[in-house]
Amino acid sequence: MITNFASWLETLRETRVWKSIFRRGSANSNRTRSLAVFGNLFLHWVPVKVREKSLHVRVSYYLGSISFLLFVILFVTGILLMFYYHPAAPNAYRDMKDLQFVVSNGIFLRNLHRLAAHLMVFMVFAHMFHVFYRGGYKPPHEFNWVVGVFLLLLTLFLSYTGYLLPWDQLAFWAVTVGTNIISAMPVLGDKTRFLLLGGHIVGENALLRFYVLHVLILPLVALVLIGVHFWRVQKDGGLTVKPKEFDGK
Amino acid sequence: MANSKIETGFSSDAKENPRRVVFLTKKTSAKVLGERGPELMTYPHLLLREVITFEILMIVMVVIALFWDAPLEQLANPLLTPNPAKAPWYFLGLQELLHFFPPFVAGILIPTLVIIALVVIPYFNVNIEGEPLWSRRPSQNLRTVVVSMVALLVFLAFFNAWTIIVPTAIVASLLVFSYAARQQTSGWQAALSAKPLSWWIMTWFIAVSICLTAVGTFFRGPGWSWVWPWRTHGG
Repeated sequence: MITNFASWLETLRETRVWKSIFRRGSANSNRTRSLAVFGNLFLHWVPVKVREKSLHVRVSYYLGSISFLLFVILFVTGILLMFYYHPAAPNAYRDMKDLQFVVSNGIFLRNLHRLAAHLMVFMVFAHMFHVFYRGGYKPPHEFNWVVGVFLLLLTLFLSYTGYLLPWDQLAFWAVTVGTNIISAMPVLGDKTRFLLLGGHIVGENALLRFYVLHVLILPLVALVLIGVHFWRVQKDGGLTVKPKEFDGK
Repeated sequence: MANSKIETGFSSDAKENPRRVVFLTKKTSAKVLGERGPELMTYPHLLLREVITFEILMIVMVVIALFWDAPLEQLANPLLTPNPAKAPWYFLGLQELLHFFPPFVAGILIPTLVIIALVVIPYFNVNIEGEPLWSRRPSQNLRTVVVSMVALLVFLAFFNAWTIIVPTAIVASLLVFSYAARQQTSGWQAALSAKPLSWWIMTWFIAVSICLTAVGTFFRGPGWSWVWPWRTHGG
């Protein structure tokens, strides 16, 4: 049965249609395995070959991969949530109630989005500290570390802008507390706060601005920086593994 | 090295079709310098691992999301301030700092300095070389470390910032202990005494961050006063 399925899959991969979609047939040689990576738009930013040692779990604990996968989950659940959400007060709050009591699996969708968001903040921090302790910032990886710091800030902003959107007491006061700190900035403090909130208090304008930042501007910038981050890992020669590390394991 | 056997050149006229000329002498190859060890094909070896990671992550998240509902409080009301009003957990360390320092220091100065410090990490030679703190002039280094630690602790005590003092004191005592253990040749004591200064600074930063965030999340109640998380507080 399994052999039958495997051979059927093999036949499928050699068909004209399959080859026209994936630009290759079955990945049964190193040439076609290379093509599977660099001949694919969504994979061409990862290297064709990786060092065997860099696959060792303790090199990365897959923290970077997990952060990225959480971003993907947030992207998908976020788009689904957008179908049920109006960025206006107090409709936003009613939409939360609808997600809970009216929409099929609405609360599950929101749970998943919220969980992934908090987990992503945690994982990005864990990824950064782990990279530091492994010396992953050392040449030639210097600039990728800097890109990573900006990705951490983006993750925090993404999470924070999303925090306001349910428009409940928790959201409102968390954002009020946070944005009050901006006023402490010398000279431009109040102006920056006004720009972010679209007013002097957290109101409907703030909700709309946080929404646009959360669903469009910040994810777009994050997506570009994630691309640069992955691509630089490849260009800078893969993950950091010291010469004698993991020998005989 | 092999490079000296290869000559390359580019035509410098931008209007002309660029032509590159490469002379390869015998027995040289385009192999990257340095030993990289055995390699595997990304497809399937790395991608398979990524897929498995994704599957495990997805299963765990779905199970948690089925049973743990996202909180939803009353409709936002600008006239009703909850006590305490808390930011999301990852900013509660900063909010805890606000309890001790003026808003400009806790909310603007310290975060800005932390971001700058993180960005410049790879551009300091001290960090790149990663020399053990006690490898050269150990007693002189110990004096500097102890003086700056005591100065920092006194400064923090002046602000009553004891949620920073506790993790700082723990890391400081480990640091002094690692000096005493620098003659050890094996075991965790030897590993600790071989750590560079950058390791100590980052460990101190993480210890303080975790302590501030945990205290801000679990141990702060009305008026930012200390509460035990197992006691329910009625506002």
